[in-house]
Amino acid sequence: MARSNKPILWLPFAAGGLVAALIIPVLILTTGLLVPLGLLNLPYEKMAGFTHNPIGKLIVFGAVALPAWHAAHRLRMTAHDLGFGGGAAVKVVCYGSIGVLIFLAAAALLAL
Amino acid sequence: MTDTMPLEVLTLEVLTLEVLRYRPEIENEPKFQTYTVPYRDDWVVLDALNHVKDHVDATLSYRWSCHMAVCGSCGMMINGEPKLACHAFLRDYRHGVIRVEPLDHFPIERDLVIVMDRFMEKLASVKPYAIAKAEKPLEEGEYLQTPLQLMAFKQYTQCINCLLCYAACPQCGLNDNFVGPAALALAHRYNLDSRDTGKDERADVVASNEGIWECTFVGACSEVCPKHVDPAAAIQQTKISASLDWFKARLWPGAHP
Amino acid sequence: MSRRPYLRKVERNWWLGHRRTITYMVREATSLFVAIYCAVLVLGILRLAQGRTAWDSFLSGLSSPPGVLFQLVCLAFVVYHSVTWFALTPKAMPLTIRGEPIPGSVIVSVHYAAWAVISLIVLIAAWI
Repeated sequence: MARSNKPILWLPFAAGGLVAALIIPVLILTTGLLVPLGLLNLPYEKMAGFTHNPIGKLIVFGAVALPAWHAAHRLRMTAHDLGFGGGAAVKVVCYGSIGVLIFLAAAALLAL
Repeated sequence: MTDTMPLEVLTLEVLTLEVLRYRPEIENEPKFQTYTVPYRDDWVVLDALNHVKDHVDATLSYRWSCHMAVCGSCGMMINGEPKLACHAFLRDYRHGVIRVEPLDHFPIERDLVIVMDRFMEKLASVKPYAIAKAEKPLEEGEYLQTPLQLMAFKQYTQCINCLLCYAACPQCGLNDNFVGPAALALAHRYNLDSRDTGKDERADVVASNEGIWECTFVGACSEVCPKHVDPAAAIQQTKISASLDWFKARLWPGAHP
Repeated sequence: MSRRPYLRKVERNWWLGHRRTITYMVREATSLFVAIYCAVLVLGILRLAQGRTAWDSFLSGLSSPPGVLFQLVCLAFVVYHSVTWFALTPKAMPLTIRGEPIPGSVIVSVHYAAWAVISLIVLIAAWI
């Protein structure tokens, strides 16, 4: 038995779980209820201005990338629980798809 | 005389036990066998099994010893839940059939007796003994420990190796190589002990893929533990500790883990 | 007498057999909805980068009836994630002050307080 390298996947998973718990609900509340009801506005100028700022970019990236990573790792473990095994295919699908999302987010934020 | 007998004796109330039997010398597969036992208000399932063995069917095999939930011998599945047979009161199962099976996730030796050899190997593999960096000479006296230092690890000393946690843990069912809750909780007991310096020595097993990393914090182990050891907490705390050690080893090589 | 230990097979639908494991699967399923909503957020960032028209049509898509319905389902699951995550945190991270343990309820309450504060900050930032 050898010491595992899981920590490199797990610490971001744990951080992402906390960020997801603290931030995602209010984001869904905003985009899913308050904006459709007209109680809040997210005009283009305000959003572009926020993400133009490097701190804004970091905040948005953290709020998306960490929860996404958390979900990727958890979905991989759940796939194993459901009998899909722990092989390379499951890892590629889970970490790969989320990796693509994170890359796209970073690229778009850098362009803004 | 009848006014001193308990009501359930006077009315001859009975309960039905469905027990999973397995006798390798006469059958290829386990099969249920039904027994009728008297209902007694103060009986536990173990008493019902003892009644069967003494008066109905002497061939029924099962482990038991203390009859008071400290030895850990009589673990079995009672209506699908891992329990100590001496800790499951008939009055809680009064209505309906009581299904008694050997602990999940272990090979069945015979009837309700499971093979626990692999668990004994896993327990030994985490080095469950105090490891000191250097032997302290007798003249220096005993290791001192404050009550607060003892409190830090005391709950993890309470494990009676009853294996209910292994039966409850889905990961134990999915991976026979998982070191498992009790062994990892015991490793944590030593890692937290102020007199021990063996965390790094244990890490090859504890922090391996078959160690803490197989766990997904279902929490079933802690729910079924009759001694409230909380192995789930032990494992999650070890995940944090092992992760920090992992990064420390790479960022500050040579530092004491 | 020879030994012939019998190992019972674990079924693929093992988790359906017990209330505790069904609850566990629902808890893990929350991560699917976190993932989907993060994908929606990434789409939003991409649309924002594409300009005003793209952003406006993204927002109106989110505000459509199926968009709202889907997000409310997401919200339910993600809130369940928050509640279960906070409840489990004291087990993973028992804190002590000068050796004395801090009660788990305190750790949980601090998380709920942080949740309220952060949510308020986001709502205020979106409002002004």
